[in-house]
Amino acid sequence: MLAFLIFLGLLLTYMILAVYAERKVSAFIQDRLGPMEIGWYGIGQTVADLIKLLQKEDIVPERADKWPFLAAPMIIFVAVFAGFAVMPLTPDLQGSDAAVGVFYLLAIISIDIIGLLMAGWSSNNKYSLLGAMRSIAQIISYEVPVGLAVICAAVYCQTLDLQAISFQQGIWIHEYPGYAQETNYLFGLRSLGIDVTQVGGFLTWNVVRMPLFFVVYVIFFIATLAECNRAPFDIPEAESELVGGFHTEYSGFRWAILFLAEYGMMLLLTMLGAVLFLGGWNTPLPNIGPVKLAFWTSGAPGTVYGNLTGAFWLVTKAFGGIFVQMWVRWTYPRLRVDQLMYLCWKVLTPACLILLFLSAVWRLLG
Amino acid sequence: MLPSRKNFFWSFRNFSIQRMQVNVKGANSSYFGNIREGIKSSWEGLKLSLKHIFEARRSRKPIGVADKEYFGQQTGIVTLKYPYEALPVPDNGRYRLHNEMEDCIVCDKCAEICPVDCIEIEPVKATEEIRKTSDGHSVRLYAAKFDIDMAKCCFCGLCTTVCPTECLTMTKTYDFSEFIMDNLNYHFSDLSPAEAELKKKAYEDFQAAKLAAKNAANAAKANAEAPAPKAEVPRKEVLATETSAETPANPPAENTPPKPVIKRPVMKPVIKKTDPNLPDTQA
Ligand code: SF4
Ligand code: SF4
Repeated sequence: MLAFLIFLGLLLTYMILAVYAERKVSAFIQDRLGPMEIGWYGIGQTVADLIKLLQKEDIVPERADKWPFLAAPMIIFVAVFAGFAVMPLTPDLQGSDAAVGVFYLLAIISIDIIGLLMAGWSSNNKYSLLGAMRSIAQIISYEVPVGLAVICAAVYCQTLDLQAISFQQGIWIHEYPGYAQETNYLFGLRSLGIDVTQVGGFLTWNVVRMPLFFVVYVIFFIATLAECNRAPFDIPEAESELVGGFHTEYSGFRWAILFLAEYGMMLLLTMLGAVLFLGGWNTPLPNIGPVKLAFWTSGAPGTVYGNLTGAFWLVTKAFGGIFVQMWVRWTYPRLRVDQLMYLCWKVLTPACLILLFLSAVWRLLG
Repeated sequence: MLPSRKNFFWSFRNFSIQRMQVNVKGANSSYFGNIREGIKSSWEGLKLSLKHIFEARRSRKPIGVADKEYFGQQTGIVTLKYPYEALPVPDNGRYRLHNEMEDCIVCDKCAEICPVDCIEIEPVKATEEIRKTSDGHSVRLYAAKFDIDMAKCCFCGLCTTVCPTECLTMTKTYDFSEFIMDNLNYHFSDLSPAEAELKKKAYEDFQAAKLAAKNAANAAKANAEAPAPKAEVPRKEVLATETSAETPANPPAENTPPKPVIKRPVMKPVIKKTDPNLPDTQA
């Protein structure tokens, strides 16, 4: 329950900040100022927009299929929000410590598609339907590289439990039941003989434990961009072609929910990326000799300090990922459908298959 | 036999064309070349936008086109928070009109030249010289009405060019939008309607008195005249007013005859002449 409330609060705060950040990042990339009027540097703009959205009439098109139309935003939001249930925000805070967290996450995100299809189809609008079709084609295709990238991490970590994966990547590895005897070697290679278990920091992150994970992370990142329907993979929403894609007919509160779900998806997937590859809630600062940076910047599990620093690091990493998502969005033009499919099936998927094999080999070596 | 040969030839040709296109594309011809180029160009794009984020620390200064530095500012935020800051406009810019009524001799030239007829002047003759303008013209007409409808104005600036006293000028004010269209009709007249009425009446009384005096003189000269031309009196009166208005106008005679009726027909044929010419040349 605590995790539920914390995640809900986090999601709402994050959304207000992220929309503001998105506007500012886009503005700065395009040499503009962005919102400036409401509050200091326009900080209150999103709140004002939210108030406006909530005041609007809840319009249901006459010919729309009413119940699916009304239910779709809720399904999409619930699917995204349910994903946070297995996210280990801190060493102790996790909605559900399911042993198959990764698997659950991939499954629950897919429910999102049902909501999208419901929204697009029930709107009774050709743009919405086209948008929904494109969106489903895209998400289903890109689930393959996302799934493979996640499996790479799972294979390397030998577990599907996100909390276990988080513990493995830091100095508190011995605190996790069953990992008391584990040692982290530099680059995950026992033969190098450099024990970094108590050094921690970024040296024990998955991207360093298995250097090729950097490529996997990039693939994961690209594929999650497509999963979130974000530019350059925003053909489902392509404003210039489809008005707004599947959410063309939505307005007011329901549209706000769809928007919230979209931003929630970004947060969920960047958090997942952070947990799988970038050390989860572990600090990036290593212990260097007597300078125990890692111990100073991340408290022991079970302590308040440990939880606070854990949440801080994970959220910071996720926000970093979101910044990159925005940076990418405001840099690239939209991909064509054929380019989208080329990238997915001919580049990312084969690369991921090879990397999956290499991850397994690396595990055997280490 | 023959068609199949032809097909063979065509397929060969198509093949060679395809080869050519592939060769032209360069690095894109191979799978890995494609990926390499994709990564490279994507990275270039990211660097470019990151550079812009970095440069967004500074804003470009709001300097006008006349400034030497105008083309020197290549980086930084371009947004101008308009109502709070604005680019200085050039001195010879054409924006809102202003008439310095003190200097206006109500010659009607501006109203005549205006291509969209947005200046409306109603002159009232004065009984004597009203004042001298700052450049020495004498003002003999009141403007009961001097309206410029900025909603119609096309900012051509012709009116300011013809104005003999240079009282009609273009200012640097460009932000004067209104919610009610009528508010864009600017009234420059320095007389209130009541005052204008008074001036009109004064002039009429003056004329009547003059006429009476003239009549009296005439009557005195020709003592025993028949009262027959009485019917012509009103016509004479009209003529008399025109001439009498001209007579007091002394040296700057060019200012006084406000006869738009003469000039208008001159302007219109010019437009009409050009129009029939066009189809002629086309034919
Ligand atoms: S600027 Fe041109 S259009 Fe405007 S009032 Fe003067 S002559 Fe007329
Ligand atoms: S041209 Fe100048 S002086 Fe003549 S009426 Fe117009 S504003 Fe007055």
